[in-house]
Amino acid sequence: MNMLSPAPRRSTAPRPDFEPAGIAAEAPEAVETPLPVLRRLLNQGWVRRGIILAAIACLWELNARLLDNPLLFPTFLVTFKALWGLMLDGTLPDRIGVSMQVLLFGYGAGIVLAAIMTSLAVGTRWGADVLSTLTAMFNPLPAIALLPLALMWFGLGTGSIVFVIIHSVLWAVALNTLAGFRAVPDAQRMAGQNYGLRGLRYVALILVPAALPSIVSGLKIGWAFAWRTLIAAELIFGVSAGSGGLGWFIFERRNALETADVFAGLMTVILIGLLVEGVVFRTLEARTVVRWGMQR
Amino acid sequence: MTAVPLLDVPLLLDVPLLLDVQDVTLRFATPERQVTATSRVSFQVRDGDRFVLLGPSGCGKSSLLKAVGGFLKPAEGQILLNGRAVDRPGPDRMMVFQEFDQLLPWKTVLGNIAFPLKVAASLGRRERQERAEYYLEKVGLARFAHAYPHTLSGGMKQRVAIARAMAMKPDILLMDEPYAALDALTRRRMQEEFLALWDDIGFTALFVTHSIEEAIIIGSRILVLSPHPGRVRAELDASRFDQHHQGGADFQAFQRCIHDMLFAEPIEEAVA
Repeated sequence: MNMLSPAPRRSTAPRPDFEPAGIAAEAPEAVETPLPVLRRLLNQGWVRRGIILAAIACLWELNARLLDNPLLFPTFLVTFKALWGLMLDGTLPDRIGVSMQVLLFGYGAGIVLAAIMTSLAVGTRWGADVLSTLTAMFNPLPAIALLPLALMWFGLGTGSIVFVIIHSVLWAVALNTLAGFRAVPDAQRMAGQNYGLRGLRYVALILVPAALPSIVSGLKIGWAFAWRTLIAAELIFGVSAGSGGLGWFIFERRNALETADVFAGLMTVILIGLLVEGVVFRTLEARTVVRWGMQR
Repeated sequence: MTAVPLLDVPLLLDVPLLLDVQDVTLRFATPERQVTATSRVSFQVRDGDRFVLLGPSGCGKSSLLKAVGGFLKPAEGQILLNGRAVDRPGPDRMMVFQEFDQLLPWKTVLGNIAFPLKVAASLGRRERQERAEYYLEKVGLARFAHAYPHTLSGGMKQRVAIARAMAMKPDILLMDEPYAALDALTRRRMQEEFLALWDDIGFTALFVTHSIEEAIIIGSRILVLSPHPGRVRAELDASRFDQHHQGGADFQAFQRCIHDMLFAEPIEEAVA
């Protein structure tokens, strides 16, 4: 071999050029075909969730029947019957109304406070440090732990419960909002500043929508915290001004050994949670962050 | 001195001076140290220029653009736009960024273009709509007016960003490597479209790139920057080249010469 003209060490198999005769002549496979009905149904989120819920109900029923102790663990059907009865005779709707009123008031106030604090914090490095320190301090503090103090400050009434609900909502929402603001891409921030937006207008028109996925998840966490706090607070000290809410209802019925009613009360809490998550937040997400491609 | 084929271009000093960058030094403070990005850079952009800042990474070209945008304050020197010192971001200097996420995801394509017209130019609804549609048509995306940005390809997003910036009719368009994240074929198309838009609408642009080829095609004037810290290596006239000259002998010689300026010979020590 001639060492001076280095032959390529590897070679590829030579083949002639090729161009298909006519793509147009052949009938191509259909670009879109509909999926079978079952596949399409299973692609719906609510169908899948419904199946999961039904499966849980079946397991519950089966387990309770095997256990056969209605005082400790009533069956799904008995619980459902109790729930239905309590709904029809107006007991539960009353209790839900009382709880909801307190809950929405505390939740709303917590969100407003969180909005004010994050808006103030976002402008300066010090502001952000103050807020993140406060959040780090108070977020791990269980709201219920503040209840004895709240009772001393605001007395035995709605005021105390609202105070602890605000505490449970405020830090969760503020923490998520601040994290969301921090994650806004630089290019979007600079675009907003480029338009001459400053201060509150910049926060409202650029940062809030850009951070909406985090804000919504903060609102969800805040909602769950608010519920827990409310039910727990009612369980501990119950009635405010005559008629109590759901927590108090659960406590009462346990004292009367009406276990099915206790389960019905718990189920109500769960159902309201599912409803708010599945309808309110899901709709909010579908109309905003999902539509905008910020979240799948 | 390098053997740059300096062209004897007639001086057109009666073209109004738009942007005057005077001895600008930019410094960053990291928690540990202070970094000088550019050192005493001066250049002048005149009305209608396609002025390119060209240099390798670390020459502070993006920082210079951000300083003109008002996002960075020069440590020394000053930046004058129409004789007024730049001290904050403003809609008279619209930026186009490299990042695809510069569009606001919660607004449609048309909404993205109309939004600054509302908040910065305070135009009425009707006028906003018309102007946004006009510029969207110019970048060839009229069909996608009501799509959300996440459904667009990278090239389409950059076109929207360019339409959004041009719809504001800024004094100067600031473009920070707007095509760098695109694939080669799309980039080529975008460069041609950019030149066609310049012919059609007429604007002044300050354009940052690290591609010599892009600088020659896009630019009418090229400021070559040397790195660490960024200093002016040369200011060259490139108005005689566009995409049709690519591959020609002149074009290649010019490219070669800029390449040599940037890489081949060690940069002369600046007076310390």
